[in-house]
Amino acid sequence: MKTAILVFPGTNRERDAADAIESVSGIKPVIVWHQETEIPDVDLIILPGGFSFGDYLRVGAIAARSPIIDALHRKADTGVTVLGICNGFQILTETGLLPGSLIRNRDLDFICRDINLRVVNNSTRFSQSYALDQIIRFPVAHHDGNYFADAETLRMVEDNDQVVFRYCDPAGEINATGNPNGSVNNIAGMTNKAGNVMGLMPHPENLIDQLLGGIDGRALFESLLGRAA
Amino acid sequence: MKARVLITLKTGVLDPQGKAVQKALGTLGFDGVDNVRQGKVIEIDLTETDETAAYAKVSNMCDKLLANTVIENYQIELLPDGT
Amino acid sequence: MNAHDTRNNPEPLVDADLAADHGLSPDEYQKVLDLIGRTPSFTELGIFSAMWNEHCSYKSSKKWLKTLPTTGKRVVLGPGENAGVVDIDDGQVVVFKMESHNHPSFIEPYQGAATGIGGILRDVFTMGARPIAAMNALRFGAVDHPKTRHLVAGVVAGIGGYGNSFGVPNVGGEVNFHKRYNGNILVNAFAAGLADADKIFLSKPTGVGLPVVYLGAKTGRDGIHGATMASAEFDDSIEEKRPTVQVGDPFTEKCLLEACMELMASGAVIAIQDMGAAGLTCSAVEMGAKGNLGIRLDLDNVPCREDAMTAYEMMLSESQERMLMVLDPTLENQARAIFEKWDLDFAIVGETTDDLRFRVFRDGVEVADLPIKDLGDEAPEYDRPWTMPVPRPALEHNDFADTDIAASLLTLIGSPDLASRRWVWEQYDHLIQGNTIVRPGSDAAIVRIAGHEKKALAFSSDVTPRYCDADPFEGGKQAVAECWRNLTASGATPLAITDNLNFGNPEKPEIMGTFVRAIQGIGEACKILDFPVVSGNVSLYNETNNEAILPTPTIAGVGLISDLRKIVPSGFTNISDIVLLVGAPDTWGTHLGQSLYLREIHSREDGPPPPVDLEQEKQAGDLVRSLIADGLVNAVHDCSDGGLGVTLAEMAIQSGIGAAITPPQTLSPVAAFFGEDQGRYVMTARLEDRAELWDRCEKAGVAIEEIGSTIAGELKLGNADAIFVKELQERHEAWFPQFMNM
Repeated sequence: MKTAILVFPGTNRERDAADAIESVSGIKPVIVWHQETEIPDVDLIILPGGFSFGDYLRVGAIAARSPIIDALHRKADTGVTVLGICNGFQILTETGLLPGSLIRNRDLDFICRDINLRVVNNSTRFSQSYALDQIIRFPVAHHDGNYFADAETLRMVEDNDQVVFRYCDPAGEINATGNPNGSVNNIAGMTNKAGNVMGLMPHPENLIDQLLGGIDGRALFESLLGRAA
Repeated sequence: MKARVLITLKTGVLDPQGKAVQKALGTLGFDGVDNVRQGKVIEIDLTETDETAAYAKVSNMCDKLLANTVIENYQIELLPDGT
Repeated sequence: MNAHDTRNNPEPLVDADLAADHGLSPDEYQKVLDLIGRTPSFTELGIFSAMWNEHCSYKSSKKWLKTLPTTGKRVVLGPGENAGVVDIDDGQVVVFKMESHNHPSFIEPYQGAATGIGGILRDVFTMGARPIAAMNALRFGAVDHPKTRHLVAGVVAGIGGYGNSFGVPNVGGEVNFHKRYNGNILVNAFAAGLADADKIFLSKPTGVGLPVVYLGAKTGRDGIHGATMASAEFDDSIEEKRPTVQVGDPFTEKCLLEACMELMASGAVIAIQDMGAAGLTCSAVEMGAKGNLGIRLDLDNVPCREDAMTAYEMMLSESQERMLMVLDPTLENQARAIFEKWDLDFAIVGETTDDLRFRVFRDGVEVADLPIKDLGDEAPEYDRPWTMPVPRPALEHNDFADTDIAASLLTLIGSPDLASRRWVWEQYDHLIQGNTIVRPGSDAAIVRIAGHEKKALAFSSDVTPRYCDADPFEGGKQAVAECWRNLTASGATPLAITDNLNFGNPEKPEIMGTFVRAIQGIGEACKILDFPVVSGNVSLYNETNNEAILPTPTIAGVGLISDLRKIVPSGFTNISDIVLLVGAPDTWGTHLGQSLYLREIHSREDGPPPPVDLEQEKQAGDLVRSLIADGLVNAVHDCSDGGLGVTLAEMAIQSGIGAAITPPQTLSPVAAFFGEDQGRYVMTARLEDRAELWDRCEKAGVAIEEIGSTIAGELKLGNADAIFVKELQERHEAWFPQFMNM
């Protein structure tokens, strides 16, 4: 699986993503600097976590106006797989590749801990290695992960089955207790309408090794590998 | 001239920071506070001297970068130099 | 207009009064006059005040710091550089330091703490090491003091805001509350980085006529006289000091890190120094003096973000995220391109010279011309008078009424100093970089070395200020011993420490006495435990309205784990394991003086602290480490605050598994469960390994006692009512969020 990782000033989880990709696929990803205007021919483009441009103005806003973003649009339009994790998800909403927006967490604090997710759609290229309704554990590490979309947009997202992961409690119930940041409909991860672009607030790349406390994140990358193979 | 852009969250968008301020005001004993919405102000010094042109320019800035029109509204105020 | 604001004004006249305003005593000012043979210019006075204040010159502490052991077979570089450097095999080194940002954090908690993190991270990456872990030791005032909650919220948000954005995992630390910190909180920030042993960068340049380059963010008026502020006592005029607080920009710092890593790889760096306290002054003078060179600075080339800055302001600004470098001139273009890529300033602001002078120019006028080595070498050094601390009388036998063990344990486990710090560390990104093996909340945090499957580093930060207050010598020993013990319990071989010594006004003989005795205690423990000091920081004058903080020599230690697969958790792992108490000289606990039990249950802070037997400590620790390595134990936790009862409760809370414990009939249950005797570990093991464990302990001369076994769901201490582990967990977790949301 050939992978490109887009890096902006302030991106800080690019190594985590690269390590996860290399661990699952055996191939080192290429790093693409935000001032480039072309993305090489790859199977997967990752926008990793971090605080691009300090997240000043709005999270992801300035990164979404970088030179590389035109190339990202072109790739996404031709169906290349795009995965935005955390800050990457925020950037994707700012580019318009994903609907809605990510705003300050409900309780205003930065949150770093493991949370539970329920796989509500396993027919996407990002989730095919999970079972439907599987309860998994990923860490989150964000200050602005509170997904918001207006009622109209939300209805379209739900009607098109674009939601892939929802926050849930340890028993798998999708409720307020299991929702760490106030996201509408407990949305943690979603795709675009075409299904090739995904945004995800939690960090699968930080839970791919039993030594680090779990491997629930691995199947996401294996899903993508399965598609690329 | 100077442009002052006022960016506010659209009605219906949850504003956790505004809620926190409202709660804090209540704790401090300010009653009768129905609602608080937090926004931001951006001040821009422009070389443009024509108001219409300046307004158009700043609107464009807002649409392209300063505001996220998915969740935010903006208002532009133009201030002649020397204010 | 105040005296420091010289915009569009002639410089103020320099005299003894102005020198006093700059924190120079009459004797010190006379020394300046003698040294240069004339009245200094205003800028020169500023330079002297920056170089000769306590923070930069260590004038009260130097004599005693020299007594600490700083060498060892793994020590590559001890104190004197930006951070200490220690060998961790395979051609790799760990670079680490702890530094205080106490005064700024009290004045503006968010920015004070944030810039503290920024400063310590720069200390580490200036040396060529990429930061891989951070910790913070925080001390706040009493929980019922009106400022405490605001300060906790601000400091924690500031640490998170900076560290999370920069991208370093914040893996551990300490949070304590005590009324003696009401007017002076402590924010001690630790950072560790990883580098190849042959790619360490130093601040000592060689070569004359080489360009001196300014890197990073622009200079503003922020923080002017921050270092002087850090060396003064507080009084009620504190609010007026607010403008000297610097503002941190973690985004710029992250860019500076990446740019420096690229720059160092390019070969362009001859020497590099972080601009920390007293910014341009300290960094330029230190580089020149170390390299036996003069430095000439042309301030007209310094990138500024404010208009009309004077030489005085530029020399004393503490704007953050800046560095000074001596450049290989043949690589200037490559170096400049790297900084342009990261959108950071790169400006040649001077050159090295052979005249050993520190000459500074502004608008073509020479505003300073000083002997560069004398600025550091001739800084005042004091042998401050000190008095021997008075020992606390021992507790009388039956001095207080016994209380119910179960009820006392529930109170203790939910008390401010023992309750879970989850509220704090969940606001810190402790997982970034993908190597955090043991997360916060255990004995020591463990971070894997990227690229190694089995190798890892363990980190722990420790001190028990109430012990130090009661007996600074034993308290100093205990801080080092506890850090060493925490690393040991995590399965690591302790390597070295950094010390962050926080005390009151050293001009008071009784305060100086606590400082001297604590250092002597630290030194003795470091020697016997083979745990040298490789870096550190001293913060004095932590007093408000004449009341000093508790003496707080924070010790942050680093340990090496050669095989991660062998480490064991600090929580119980199986039901029906035997529970063992190892290392206790008196077998069970006896020492209740200065215990948390006495303080939390009986509201008393009396008695001497528990003594530390360092020889016994070493024997027990070395044995425990070998038992872990040989797979003979499956959980290890050291006994510290709160004694055996709290240790067992923490092991239960971590795992959800309980234990049934039977103390000897002859012993008072309160002393057995809440005595804070040192040098002890609680471990669990399989029943079938019992004989071998006894054999090993006997051979090592270390006491071992079987005290019970693990059971499902509840903790039963002697004859006390059993407590559900779930209830312990709830009590443990409840306090912090409740306190912060009050």
